[in-house]
Amino acid sequence: MAILEVQNIQKSFGKNEVLKGISFELEKGEVMTIIGSSGSGKTTLLRCLNYLEVPDNGRIVVNGEAVFNSEEKENYTEANIRDLRLHFGLVFQSFNLFPQYTVLENIMLAPTLKVKEGIKNKSIPSQEKNREMSCIREKALELLEMVGLSDKVDAYPFQLSGGQQQRVAIARALALKPDILCFDEPTSALDPELTVEVLRVIKDLKKTGTTMIIVTHEMEFARNVSDRVIYMRDGLIEMDGTPEEVFDLSKNEHLNKFLNSGNL
Amino acid sequence: MGFWEVTLSLLAGLEQTCLIFALTLVLALPLGLVISFGSMSKFKPLAYITKIFVWIIRGVPLMLQVIIVFYVPGFIFGTPLFSRFGSVIAAFVINYACYFSEIYRGGIQSISKGQYEAGQVLGMTKTQIFFKIVLMQVVKRILPPMSNEIITLVKDTALARVIMIVEVIQAAQDFAAYGLMWPLFYTAVFYLIFVGLLSLLFGRFEKKLNYYKT
Repeated sequence: MAILEVQNIQKSFGKNEVLKGISFELEKGEVMTIIGSSGSGKTTLLRCLNYLEVPDNGRIVVNGEAVFNSEEKENYTEANIRDLRLHFGLVFQSFNLFPQYTVLENIMLAPTLKVKEGIKNKSIPSQEKNREMSCIREKALELLEMVGLSDKVDAYPFQLSGGQQQRVAIARALALKPDILCFDEPTSALDPELTVEVLRVIKDLKKTGTTMIIVTHEMEFARNVSDRVIYMRDGLIEMDGTPEEVFDLSKNEHLNKFLNSGNL
Repeated sequence: MGFWEVTLSLLAGLEQTCLIFALTLVLALPLGLVISFGSMSKFKPLAYITKIFVWIIRGVPLMLQVIIVFYVPGFIFGTPLFSRFGSVIAAFVINYACYFSEIYRGGIQSISKGQYEAGQVLGMTKTQIFFKIVLMQVVKRILPPMSNEIITLVKDTALARVIMIVEVIQAAQDFAAYGLMWPLFYTAVFYLIFVGLLSLLFGRFEKKLNYYKT
């Protein structure tokens, strides 16, 4: 069974129809990249998955559970949206680390707050608190090692390069164990040499079986890392296939024009 | 009238000055936050009403506001609503809360949307996002304009004498009735020391928050 089913997602901002009906399925462990020119709706799609935008229409199903259904839009409360959105993680183009916290604190903040809430509403017994907290810390340190930043545990974001900040942001998103990790142009704000270190982390994640959806302009990377590539144009999926199908064998005029525009 | 006699007299005035300063600060700081939330409210009528209120309060001299709070209830109800000191505090708190609210608003709105969104996708509540992520950054940003406003408050306390509160300046002026002018100039020393200490304190705060950059 697919880990993620997206069915006919539509979203307009005023009169501007940004998503005109997006549907796809994603298998567990699959890496899917979304390519397309600016304004094609890639970022809006990711934001819909993460509840940063509410779709006007459509359904989102994770592991067979409908996490969003436009027909029940009125029934969603802030509390259950919070639970539902944790199926997804999101890494932003501009990192958005919390500047007043150290690297480790950035990663531990959300899980810690979750445990504290659990203890308050008694879903976690209070004698478990210390154990839970040390688990969070251990997990955070483990994630930092994975992204290669064990030596930056106590650094503040302003002391890090963009690439390092983005790797912290990835670790922060992973700390909540999302089913699907989304990346919104994770390297667009980075120099080429810093891009490489972020892409390496994403490749490592693929090896561990992390399910990922990546919006990117790095075509070479998309070709190397993806199991699936989706080409979006004008709020619709124009092509959906393996990297070979999309990059090499496509006869789609718009896609070929888009791919060639970068190779001048 | 010796130097010490005058000094003691002025110190008694300073007590009133400090009291007005401290009470205004303690009450206006949280009230300002409430007003800033009002002016940023998504419920438009509330936002408009708050903005008009802030415009009126910032648009009318504080001295006049003190007079209004003290005398106008007397005209309407036949009896004053507040004591002299109570009137000063009420007028000062409302006035300063409005100024603070604008500083808070500027600070809160200067925090990037990305900070809120990062908190949201990490499953944090609105309250958690405000208190754990946004507030600290706001505090750092508004510290300089706040210091400025608070230093102004020190000197604005002198307006209380318009309804016969004997603060430092009034205490000095009482000597002028006996032909003694120098105590009035001497009050400057009190203000300078007061403001000097505050400046040192704010400097310390700013330094403390310098451990990170945004």
